Amino acid sequence: MSDIMGLKAKLGLDVFKHDNEPHIKIKPGMERDPRLKRAVLVCPAGLYSLNAEGEVELTIDGCLECGTCRIACGVEVLDWNYPTGGAGVQFRFG
Amino acid sequence: MEKFDVIIVGGGLAGLAAAYTLAQQELEVLVLEKGDYPGAKNVTGGRIYVSPVRDLFPDLWAKAPLERFIAHEGVTMMAKERSVSIAYHGQELLEEPYQSYSILRAKFDRWFAKQAERKGAMLVTKSRVDEVIIEDGKVCGVWAGGDELRADVVIACDGVLSLTAEKAGLRKPGNPHDFAVGFKEVIELPAETIENRFNLTDNEGAAHMFMGEVTRGKFGGGFLYTNKESLSLGIVVGIKDLMEDQPAIEAPVLLDEFKQRPEIAALIRGGETVEYSAHVIPEGGLNALTKLTGNGIVVAGDAAGFSMNIGVTVRGMEYALASGYYAAQAVLKAREAEDYSAGSLAVYEQLLKDSFVMKDFNSFRNAPEALENPRLFTHYPELLGNVMRDMYHMPAGPKDRLYPTVMKYMKFNDLLKMFGDFRKVKKI
Ligand SMILES: Cc1cc2nc3c(=O)[nH]c(=O)nc-3n(C[C@H](O)[C@H](O)[C@H](O)COP(=O)(O)OP(=O)(O)OC[C@H]3O[C@@H](n4cnc5c(N)ncnc54)[C@H](O)[C@@H]3O)c2cc1C
Ligand code: SF4
Repeated sequence: MSDIMGLKAKLGLDVFKHDNEPHIKIKPGMERDPRLKRAVLVCPAGLYSLNAEGEVELTIDGCLECGTCRIACGVEVLDWNYPTGGAGVQFRFG
Repeated sequence: MEKFDVIIVGGGLAGLAAAYTLAQQELEVLVLEKGDYPGAKNVTGGRIYVSPVRDLFPDLWAKAPLERFIAHEGVTMMAKERSVSIAYHGQELLEEPYQSYSILRAKFDRWFAKQAERKGAMLVTKSRVDEVIIEDGKVCGVWAGGDELRADVVIACDGVLSLTAEKAGLRKPGNPHDFAVGFKEVIELPAETIENRFNLTDNEGAAHMFMGEVTRGKFGGGFLYTNKESLSLGIVVGIKDLMEDQPAIEAPVLLDEFKQRPEIAALIRGGETVEYSAHVIPEGGLNALTKLTGNGIVVAGDAAGFSMNIGVTVRGMEYALASGYYAAQAVLKAREAEDYSAGSLAVYEQLLKDSFVMKDFNSFRNAPEALENPRLFTHYPELLGNVMRDMYHMPAGPKDRLYPTVMKYMKFNDLLKMFGDFRKVKKI
């Protein structure tokens, strides 16, 4: 279907290979940093959210490795790397 | 420890172009690619201009797995409740050799890698480069998945974030102002349906750009390309604009809204989305290019910032191919001189300057600034939409004369602003 589908369903169409460790992490103590809030808007996979305590949380499953959060929030708040070789998203069309 | 003549980080267009060119000259070339296969991590909108790079790879194009040649161009100014489109059909677009094609990278890059391997390049996939080996101020190789790999020279073709160039001290993590993010869906439809909906015969294809409401007035636009049996539909939007509030909107919502526009809904109806992808794009132009060479290292493609947005189209693929090619030429020259220092490799910059790459970057150096004008993405699409609405509107009673109808939108102050905007756009 090309109708409006939830983001989860959309990401479910992509092929992902498991990685042993999350390749992007919020640096400890930075969860409330205002720079991190930008990720909630910019992440095309909608993986960042703001919890009730005002902290930003990241669920790495479904990461498209686009790099937007690294550019928007910066490396002071994010520990950012690509997944290990052969892991992560594998586009079939691109 | 293994030693090669050249190590190329990244099997995208830039890396494969460099590998193809060097392997042809019988150098020992190693390409390291973190994806399962080349193209597995690569996203584009979808149109490659072959004309500027045709002669750099003369044997490549005849059998290249490209999608459709672009025979029909279109651009739409989108207002909130209406839109105005221009369609362009030109005889020259129908004549061979065709200037541009739609493309799907997972398919193309995989094929291109095979051609480079046939020439003798060695490709290792599922291999992520983790560190750059620097000794006495010179790059001597890389660490990848626990292996120490050495070479006379490393070519960083690892895409827009280029952690390799960053680790080699040639660039800093980017500034949001200089980057956009693109995200898209590939929507499958039978070839015949595509041809009927877009008025295409045989292998003709269409390219269509959208600006205005599609990004809620933020810097960027929408795109639609026809592939053989699918459509590439997506949005490109400046990261700086996207991360600011006014209006605060989550990126994925923009694409959903775009798909729901009646102009688009009719084109994708019955299609099946088969992939959703996203990628950052360098758009800072000339002033945001990274350092291109260091001791024992050259940077090419998106890694160096060779991608630009000139309003109606994002161009990066032909710059990636060409800069990969010229990086390879520079390495060949350095090899002749047996000198891989930054100074010796700087011939790369001269080669680029003499080519369409730096000529384009110079010609369009003011484009990023000129296009930053929010009125282009909000005011004008609405204005044009309103003028057209009034022209086409037939009231129950008498209709106003056309000239005053149009002129009511063009008060002195408006004209003055338009003139100012025009002067800026003139610089593109
Ligand atoms: C949505 C969108 C629309 C676009 N539209 C167009 C368009 O219509 N026309 C156009 O010309 N351009 C367009 N572009 C730009 C174009 O896609 C890029 O400029 C082009 O892909 C750059 O090619 P590249 O080879 O430099 O980088 P990439 O294609 O990004 O390749 C980099 C490669 O390096 C690999 N890599 C990265 N890090 C490592 C590492 N540490 N170890 C091993 N491998 C690594 C990656 O896996 C990847 O294969 C668009 C871009 C996007 C995102
Ligand atoms: S890399 Fe892209 S998809 Fe992954 S978390 Fe960052 S913004 Fe989201």
